[in-house]
Amino acid sequence: MSHVSLKKIGFRYDEAKVLGDVSFEVHKGEFFGIIGPNGSGKTTLLRIIDKILSPCEGSVRIGGTDLHKVKRNDLAKIVGVVSQDFAPPFPFTVHEIVMMGRSPHLGKLRFEGEEDLAIVERAMEMTDILSLSGRPFGDLSGGEMQRVLIARALAQRPEIILLDESTAHLDIKHQIDFLNLIRSLNRREGLTVIAVTHDINLASLYCDRILLLSRGIVHSMGTPGEVITESSIEDVYETKVLVDNNPKNGVPRVTLLASEGHDNLRSSSGWEGDYI
Amino acid sequence: MMKQSIVTASKVIRVSFILILALFLSVLLSLVIGAADIGLLRGLKGLLYGWHEGAAFLTDSEKTILFSVRLPRILFAAIVGASLSSAGVVFQGLLRNPLAEPFILGVSGGAAVGAIAGILLGIAALPFGLPLLAFLGSAVTVILVFLVGKGKSGINSHTLLLAGVIINAFFSAIIMFLISISSSADLHTITFWLMGDLSIAYSREIVVAGVFLMVSFLVVYAYARPLNLIIGGEETAMQLGVNVEWTKIVLFLAGSFMTAVAVSFAGIIGFVGLIVPHMMRMLLGSDHRLLMPASFLFGATFLVVADTIARVMIPHAELPVGVVTALCGAPYFIYLLKTRMA
Repeated sequence: MSHVSLKKIGFRYDEAKVLGDVSFEVHKGEFFGIIGPNGSGKTTLLRIIDKILSPCEGSVRIGGTDLHKVKRNDLAKIVGVVSQDFAPPFPFTVHEIVMMGRSPHLGKLRFEGEEDLAIVERAMEMTDILSLSGRPFGDLSGGEMQRVLIARALAQRPEIILLDESTAHLDIKHQIDFLNLIRSLNRREGLTVIAVTHDINLASLYCDRILLLSRGIVHSMGTPGEVITESSIEDVYETKVLVDNNPKNGVPRVTLLASEGHDNLRSSSGWEGDYI
Repeated sequence: MMKQSIVTASKVIRVSFILILALFLSVLLSLVIGAADIGLLRGLKGLLYGWHEGAAFLTDSEKTILFSVRLPRILFAAIVGASLSSAGVVFQGLLRNPLAEPFILGVSGGAAVGAIAGILLGIAALPFGLPLLAFLGSAVTVILVFLVGKGKSGINSHTLLLAGVIINAFFSAIIMFLISISSSADLHTITFWLMGDLSIAYSREIVVAGVFLMVSFLVVYAYARPLNLIIGGEETAMQLGVNVEWTKIVLFLAGSFMTAVAVSFAGIIGFVGLIVPHMMRMLLGSDHRLLMPASFLFGATFLVVADTIARVMIPHAELPVGVVTALCGAPYFIYLLKTRMA
């Protein structure tokens, strides 16, 4: 069943065209990845799904309902977002910030109850931030902040979670911990995941399907194996890469080639370039 | 069990109760302190038994001083202090700027131009003449700032802030101009108004200002939680279900209205609206559901105390209360900053 569906979405900032004729469907319980170079329209797409921007053309449906007809507060009960835009100029504690995730479920004047406290505590436990509870948010490291924002999105108890470069500030342990957590919610509780990322290898490891965006249009869409190929990545990113299969699980693996020319690997030094 | 660092309804009630006690105490003390020496103990006894028949603790003239001279002025100070502090909280949150205060969007400049024009034209002598003109001046400013700050995609906090600063500067020039052409008799009235003056307190003005304040405070308090979310970023607030545009408009108008009412009746009393919110935030945290009532109540107490000091600091003379708020407020603020932020 399609949980989120976009039909012929077009978007312009003033005159600059950002998205043109983008259509796709994300099924309930799917782990869906959106990749593409800087400025390809990934984040714009996410903002359209979350009703922060409204598309110039086309329509979005969430759970079968036209997004225009969904009230913002009701949308916040269904869709949780982990983004980078959060910088309060005044001190809030970690606990207070995670508690903000309960906001859409409360009336304007109601205070959080026992149930909300329990949900928040569970979200903080899952993201391993219980020990940070009373700390001011501004004193945390980038990775800790990211985990707090993830906990806040989980505290919303969403059916759909949108991840906007959510692993960008995390070290590899927390990247894997976080994505494992999201995948287990995805597999066990049917959480629908839409993740925008620069990390093609992580997308390849975790996503059921991937959408590759290029200059605001869909280049290709399908399983990681179908989308992540040397030709498609080189075509869209205009960079030479090596794509092979991960020997452990067979998913595609992208290796950057750090050479001035296109194919003069410096194999003599045993140095073949960086992993993404 | 997790450490409970969040604001609950019972915490709001407990803190408010303590602050109401403090306010009550400050009002009592302020009543019995003053130029006419009633004496602390006699004054308190007089307050307790003052209206009993036959209780001859206070003379009639002392009763008049207590209940007709001091009490209205104290209540007036409380109302103005609460208004400015609440408006300060609203603007600091709305503009996401710790330096914001009630006058930052030009409300005071507009009110000043209205008031000075009223004084120069002699309208100030009419009942409600001065506050009405001052209010008119601030209302025009608020609308002007709003129109400048409202772009295609809604209100932009930065544009709003810039508009306020520019319009304030523009009004300063008009104020200078008006002052330079005014007679020396008017000059004294103008200067006192500009420095903030709580001495013209009549009961009808207190009732009007009090009602306006209560209504606008209830309006902003209903938006306490949305304001918490807006502080983290407008996009985040939208993602968490807040109707950001509407919330900003309501808070901007209600905050401006509170400021305009306070300024219209009492002139420009600086510093209260800047430091009271910060003091409360340092002590109680940033959650507006607690911060708003706490600033409201402590702002009232703060101005009652400051005005008492203004009345008695120099014998046979009265200081403008704005002088006292800045003189006491600034050092204490620095002390808090150094000890709490470390």
